[in-house]
Amino acid sequence: MLEFIIPVAVVVAVGFVCAVLLTFIGNKFAVPVDETQILIRDCLPGANCGACGFAGCDDYAAALAADRSIAANKCIPGGEATIKGISAILGVDAEGSVPMTARVLCSGLCDLTKPEMDYQGLKSCAAVKQFFGGPGSCKYGCIGMGDCVAVCQYDAIEICKGLAKVDKDSCVGCGMCANACPQNIIEIVPKASRVSVACSSKDAGKAVRAVCEVGCIGCKLCEKECKFDAIHVVDNLAVIDAEKCKNCGLCAKVCPRKVIYVEPRPAKKPVPKADGPREVTRLEDPEGPKRAQA
Amino acid sequence: MKDMLMIIMAAVLANNYVLVRFLGICPFLGVSKKLDSAMGMSLAVVFVMVLATAATWPIQHLILDPLGIGYMQTTLFILVIAALVQMIEVFMKKSMPALHKSLGIYLPLITTNCAVLGVCVLNIDEGYSFVNSLLNSFGSGVGFLLAMFLFAGVRSKIETNEYPKPFQGVASTLVAASILSLSFMGFSGMIDNIFGGM
Repeated sequence: MLEFIIPVAVVVAVGFVCAVLLTFIGNKFAVPVDETQILIRDCLPGANCGACGFAGCDDYAAALAADRSIAANKCIPGGEATIKGISAILGVDAEGSVPMTARVLCSGLCDLTKPEMDYQGLKSCAAVKQFFGGPGSCKYGCIGMGDCVAVCQYDAIEICKGLAKVDKDSCVGCGMCANACPQNIIEIVPKASRVSVACSSKDAGKAVRAVCEVGCIGCKLCEKECKFDAIHVVDNLAVIDAEKCKNCGLCAKVCPRKVIYVEPRPAKKPVPKADGPREVTRLEDPEGPKRAQA
Repeated sequence: MKDMLMIIMAAVLANNYVLVRFLGICPFLGVSKKLDSAMGMSLAVVFVMVLATAATWPIQHLILDPLGIGYMQTTLFILVIAALVQMIEVFMKKSMPALHKSLGIYLPLITTNCAVLGVCVLNIDEGYSFVNSLLNSFGSGVGFLLAMFLFAGVRSKIETNEYPKPFQGVASTLVAASILSLSFMGFSGMIDNIFGGM
């Protein structure tokens, strides 16, 4: 009988000692965590994308809980639902967020612009750019090796015919692709703004014509056409001032190169309502942001 | 002194836990994608291995052996190591927040790591003294760190290359791991030759 009792007793005793020690240490070394922080953290999507400017969701939650002067609307991936949640916890008015999206300012598809060299090496835009500014003949355009695709947590950007293409529905506007792009041709714009000049070339018109069939040549036709003083040619490149632009699309009509794009109006459903629930379900998806798994 | 040096060298190179004994393969493949996380994990392993040995050696020699229930080794060791790691984590969170931030996330992963349990059990099997056990654990941890360090480097190269489809992902990683393992097999016998002649 004893040969059964002894091992059981030993395991029970050791387990008991461990339990007592753990409880004791747990109480003694308990780190007080602000409850507000935990609540806020639950509201945040947990993508740790850094769009808020903090090191991650935990960091932002801690900062919000500690300092009420920090804006509660910095989480772009979380969207409206997150901001409302945080504002409710902190007892401040929801300021609302502007849904943002990434936009690639280049139209240089494979068949519209020519490669200058046959590059066979590390498949990374940043690496290719080391070689004479990239393989394409246009030194401003999309390299198409997919550094943006690699960093995207939401599978919202892909390379299609050598050009990065953003899926507006999946994009949450966190800006990781814009930071990763060595050409700096991805900008983060409000989803409501629909007109864009899809070119980044600051070369003079003749040089642009030589390398690309669609690039902006800085002819200023759009500038003359615009009734709201919202588009200007700076350094041979038309630039839209998003605050003044009324999305009328007149500039796109006169553009001889057809490099100004007007996206179709979103569906008639009111945008925030259509966005709200969909965002929430997607973020609760366990397979959502890749980094959350890692 | 010669013994101690021999134990450490053997643990780091000839009997490398990951590459020769094939223990702790899961973190070896799982966390070796990035050098900094590989280092964090390895340092946590070194730390936990030494502490776990310091806790389990006395248990074996003061409780299990006198009572003649050596067969309870595995059960008790798992229990003790799990509790120990938990305690360290709580303690670290309070006293060393910076260290907790860098090592903390790896500690729970190590709780059920076979390399940690393996080193405790093997220390007993080899009949090491307490000091030698600690040295062996430390050496094993460093061996783990070395393997992780090397493999993180190899993997960063693998990730940026193109492979035929069947070799992509896990396949190429495993092939690389086995080649690294083969190269470490070359160390066997080295220890005897070096220290045997002394």
